[in-house]
Amino acid sequence: MRRRGLGFVACALLPALLLHVVFVLSPYAQAFYLSLTDWNGVAGQARFVGLDNFRQLGSDPLFLAAVRNNLVLLLTLPLGTIALGLFLATALKFGSRGGRSGVRGARFYSIVFFFPQLLSVAIVAVLWGFAYNPNSGLINGGLRALGLDGLARSWLAEPGLALFAVLAVLIWSGVGFYLVLFSAAMDAIPREFYEAALLDGAGQWTTFRRITLPLLWDNVQVAFVYLGMAALDGFALVQIMTVGPGGPDGATEVIGLSLYRNAFTFSRFGYAAAMGVALFFGTLVFAVLALRAGRRERVELA
Amino acid sequence: MTRTNISRRDLLRAAAVLGMSAPLLGACVTGGGPGAGPGQRGERSAGNPFGVKAGSPLEVVVFKGGYGDDYVKAAEEVYRRQHQGSAIEHRGIQQVGDTLRPRFVANTPPDVVDNTGAGALDISALAAAGQLTNLAELLDAPSWDDPNVTVRNTLLPGVVEDGERDGVCVHLNYTFTVWGLWYSKSLFDRQGWTYPATWEAMLALCAEIKKTGIAPWTYQGKYPDYVTDPLLTMAAKSGGMDLIRALDNLEPGAWRHEAVRGAAEAFAELAGRGYFMPGSEALSHTEAQAAWCQGKAAFIPSGSWLESEQRDVTPPGFEMTLGVLPARTTADKLKPTALEASSTESYLVPAQAKNIAGGLDFLRMLFSRNACREFARTAGTLPSVAGATDGLTLSSGLGSVSAAVRAAGTELISFRHRGWYPQLRKATDDAVGELITRRLTPAAFADRLQLAADALAKDSSVKKYTRR
Repeated sequence: MRRRGLGFVACALLPALLLHVVFVLSPYAQAFYLSLTDWNGVAGQARFVGLDNFRQLGSDPLFLAAVRNNLVLLLTLPLGTIALGLFLATALKFGSRGGRSGVRGARFYSIVFFFPQLLSVAIVAVLWGFAYNPNSGLINGGLRALGLDGLARSWLAEPGLALFAVLAVLIWSGVGFYLVLFSAAMDAIPREFYEAALLDGAGQWTTFRRITLPLLWDNVQVAFVYLGMAALDGFALVQIMTVGPGGPDGATEVIGLSLYRNAFTFSRFGYAAAMGVALFFGTLVFAVLALRAGRRERVELA
Repeated sequence: MTRTNISRRDLLRAAAVLGMSAPLLGACVTGGGPGAGPGQRGERSAGNPFGVKAGSPLEVVVFKGGYGDDYVKAAEEVYRRQHQGSAIEHRGIQQVGDTLRPRFVANTPPDVVDNTGAGALDISALAAAGQLTNLAELLDAPSWDDPNVTVRNTLLPGVVEDGERDGVCVHLNYTFTVWGLWYSKSLFDRQGWTYPATWEAMLALCAEIKKTGIAPWTYQGKYPDYVTDPLLTMAAKSGGMDLIRALDNLEPGAWRHEAVRGAAEAFAELAGRGYFMPGSEALSHTEAQAAWCQGKAAFIPSGSWLESEQRDVTPPGFEMTLGVLPARTTADKLKPTALEASSTESYLVPAQAKNIAGGLDFLRMLFSRNACREFARTAGTLPSVAGATDGLTLSSGLGSVSAAVRAAGTELISFRHRGWYPQLRKATDDAVGELITRRLTPAAFADRLQLAADALAKDSSVKKYTRR
């Protein structure tokens, strides 16, 4: 490359690189450093305590509950959202009788499903908080209207239900995006494949399993990684919706909430930073594993 | 685009320097050195007991929440008149912690801070880090209204102790909050109910209330600490001041005390007999309080802020009234009038402030009778200065709070461990939530909290405090 061109590239990149270092890399470096101290958030000085904070994580019942709940979300959120997203996308594309075109009003439905994406997570949480209200909420109200009084519950106040109540909202608010993503990817699949399958007498399920899913695999894999990261978070919904928050009695505690509480309520910034570092490595390991496990031979479009 | 001559080597070198400096940047979080030190003092006189230097600017940062900040601005006017030529910078904000944390770390804090609200700074942490001025000087100074009375002697019982860390008063709380059981006097009059003085009478009344189709109690289930207050108060009333000290000082076996278990049993019994409004355990404070205001429940536990919080949704003629918690046994160590009370809305003067003398003198004015009356009138809440509401026409709720404080005398209950050890506070509230949903027995409740307190007592990384 000519020197002049290189100068131009450097000039264009340097400000961005500088901003990246100051606002992205340096906070990371600070967090790693703080996780080795007992900084309380207001003192000018912090004492170096080595790996003490990380040692404490292992015997902190709330943090362990948070890890357990995040793992439950990690197992359920990506699978639930992707399955539902694929199902809805397929229904919208091939839902008509005969399986050759979408259901009527498919565009309208995809807008409806996408709608939660436009709401801020705080609004979603508050709205669903109202819906879950045991006395005047939409859900119990609906159940009672149907004569199913026995199924009415204190959704967010029962330890066995609360986490799944939050999970349902996470899926509800996320599925529209993946529906649109999968629909767009399905559009890229040549029609002839389906026509050929139809001529060969393949049913809808076989067509989905043999044609649609393999050709969507890259998208599914990306969705899996994204949703896994969302499952390791969950902070905002839990903070706004749940009893305690994080309750009842730790039933909906997530790592993000533990971290926030330790920093801003307990004034243990060093310990909170250790949680952040642990979460960082957890997410990293998950992403690597997910991408490796999902690796299979690329299916090339003809 | 200007022509530049950055070579690839220069670019790499720059990147390497930046990369290596990242850990150094990491160090700046805690890199604040010692600050300029406390501000200088001028001549002291009777009207200027702290020696505020003429013309020295004052910076006041206050939490602007439910009570607004007009009463602070009124006090600033008085300060301005007293110290001619002093410029005052006033800021009313909501997120005190987020705004001021970096300034404390950099040792450039304002001169007066009202550290309140959900995002407030941890005062214990500030005190432990030596960031707060010892207010003894202010407490022993002549009060604004009467030079023969010190500021200390104008305050309600417990206010100075509330502001102490390790025996040093580092903040003064402006509002005096009282906790109790709220009911609608007009509803009770209509139904011919009388507020129960004993727990036995409470259970009998609850049975009667339930027959009318009204739920006897509701509570703010989303935040179980609303029930922790009456539960611990009931324990304190039967166990006395010794029990309060034992709980606060993390003494072995304190949570297994008969009085704690008895109070837990009393509340578990309320739940067991179905005296809580169904669904309460999942309601937010606004939802539970609204249900109570609509007459769906007779009692709700809360603090004295309830009246102003419910102002917009309370029906006319509701006559909101605070009742003290009924005595559980006939052998209670404290009188039936004993009351949970403590001060909130913390004013402090940072140790690294530029104008400490000005900060102290500003607080002297803020805690004057006139400023407090103005606050009581506009905010509808009791201030920490004794007699501040005398002669004012009070609303139903504030009137009952004021009368309850007078009746309690010095028997005011407050729990320090809840402020000192936020982890124990969280453990307590979680356990209370489980207790009143009957997922935890009273005995298991006591055991669980004893274990939590013991673990905390052993944890050397948590700074311990002692209550005398």
